[in-house]
Amino acid sequence: MFGAGSRVQPAKSGMLAQMQSQVATPVIEFRDVSYSVEGTQVLSGLSLQVERGETLVLLGRSGSGKTTTLKLVNRLLSPTAGEVRVRGVANAESDVIRLRRSIGYVIQDAGLFPHYTVERNVGLVPRIEAWPEDRIRTRVEELLRLVGLTPEMAARFPHQLSGGQRQRVGVARALAADPEILLMDEPFGALDPLTRDELQSEFHSLQQRLHKTVVFVTHDLREALRLGSRIALMEAGRLVTVLAPQEFVRSSDPWAAAYVRAFGDGLESAANRGAS
Amino acid sequence: MNVFHFIVLNHEQVLELTLEHLWLVAISTLFAALIGIPLGIAIARRPGWNKPVLGGANIIQTIPSLALFGFLLPMPWLGERADRLAILALTLYALLPIIRNTYTGIRGVDPAVVEAGRGMGLTESQLLFQVQLPLAGSVILSGVRVAVVISVGLATIAAAIGAGGLGEFIFRGLAMVDDKVILAGAIPAAILALGADFGLGWVERRLRPQ
Repeated sequence: MFGAGSRVQPAKSGMLAQMQSQVATPVIEFRDVSYSVEGTQVLSGLSLQVERGETLVLLGRSGSGKTTTLKLVNRLLSPTAGEVRVRGVANAESDVIRLRRSIGYVIQDAGLFPHYTVERNVGLVPRIEAWPEDRIRTRVEELLRLVGLTPEMAARFPHQLSGGQRQRVGVARALAADPEILLMDEPFGALDPLTRDELQSEFHSLQQRLHKTVVFVTHDLREALRLGSRIALMEAGRLVTVLAPQEFVRSSDPWAAAYVRAFGDGLESAANRGAS
Repeated sequence: MNVFHFIVLNHEQVLELTLEHLWLVAISTLFAALIGIPLGIAIARRPGWNKPVLGGANIIQTIPSLALFGFLLPMPWLGERADRLAILALTLYALLPIIRNTYTGIRGVDPAVVEAGRGMGLTESQLLFQVQLPLAGSVILSGVRVAVVISVGLATIAAAIGAGGLGEFIFRGLAMVDDKVILAGAIPAAILALGADFGLGWVERRLRPQ
C-alpha cells in the first residue's frame, strides 16, 4: 500500500488518508511529532507509520533521536508537539500503565532486575497482572524454550548468566504477556559479534513465526538490513527516508549512501539474507 | 576490687541499665527510621528537596548533644519525662545517616533497571516496593547501622538529664573519680555498639544485591 520505498510525507491528501484508514489503521502512528528538552530540539516534525506485523528499524547515529522516538511509543516520553497514536488511540488519552503493559520493551543489557531470578523476571508482567500461578509457570517455561534457554535457567539470577543469555531473558520478559507490539532499543548492541550474530538470526526466525509489530533501534546498518522489513533513517532529530533493505543499499540518498559507504562491502548479501 | 568484680557485684543494676540503654536506642532508631526512610524516598524523587532536607539534618548533627538535651528541657509534655526527651534527641541525631543513605541508595539503583520496569508498565509504587527499595535495602540498612552505633554512644549522655541508661555509671564514676564505675558503664556500652554493628552488618551483607 505505501510502497516501502516511498518517503513519508508529513501531510497526505485527505482522500488518500481516508482510504488508508479504511484499509488498515497503522499500529503505531507518529503525526508531526516534535520533542524538545530544556530548549534542545531532539526530534522535529516526525511523521511515520508502523504497519501490523512489520519490523521497522530506526537507524541513525547517536543523538539522531531514534531512542527518543522509541520512548514516545510507550510514553516514557511525551511529545512536545504533534501526536503519537497506538492502535488508533492517541497516547495522551490512553491509560499509560495499560499502554505499557500491552507493549513489550527490550533494552540494551536487558535491564533485568538483578534481585529477581530469571523466572520472576520473565513472569513480571503476568504476575502484576495477577495471572494464576500455574499459568505463569507454564508461560515462563514456554517462553524460555522459545528464546532458546533451558528450564534449569529459571532459578538463576541475572549475574549468573552470560550477556547473550541475559538478552534472551530480556526478550522472553518482553514477550511474556503476548504483546502485539515490541520495542527494542539496541538489544544486541552490547554483545560480542558471534553471540550477536546468533541472536539476530534467532530473532529473525522468531519474528517470522510471531509476526509482532516491532520497532527496532540500532546504529548498525548490517543489523538493520538483516532484521528490518523497512529502515527509517534518522539524522539530527529528523526522519531522512524510509526504505526497504534492498532499496537502502542502492539508494541515492546522500545520508543512506554515506551509511552504506561506512559499512563497506557485503551489504547486499546482508540485505538478501534478511529477506530470505 | 577491679572493674569485673564491680560488675559482678552489681550485675542486677548493670543489666537494668543496659536494658534501659537498649530501649532508648531501639525506640529512637525506630522513630528515626519511620521518619527518615520515607523522607529519604521523598527527596530521591523530588530533586529540589534534597538540599534543604539533608542540610537541616546536617545542622541537627552539629548541635552538641548536651546542649540539645538542655534546649529540649523546657518543652511541654516532653520536658516532663527525661526518657521522652532523650528519645527525641536521639531520634534527631539518627535522622541524618538514615535519610542520607536512603537517598543515596535509591538514587544509586541502575537507571536502566528502573526505566525497564517503568517501560513494562509497573506503577510508581510497584517500582518503589519491588525494585528500588529492595535494591537500595543494603545501603539503607547501613545508614541504620551507623545511626545505631552513634546512638549507643550518645545515649550515655542522656543520663545527664536523668534518662537512665549506662551513662548513669559513667557520670557516677566521674563524680566519684572511680575508674571502675566509669568502666562498668563504658564497657557494656562498647559491647552493645560492637554487637549492633556486627549484627546489622551481617544482615546488610545478606541484603546486598549480587
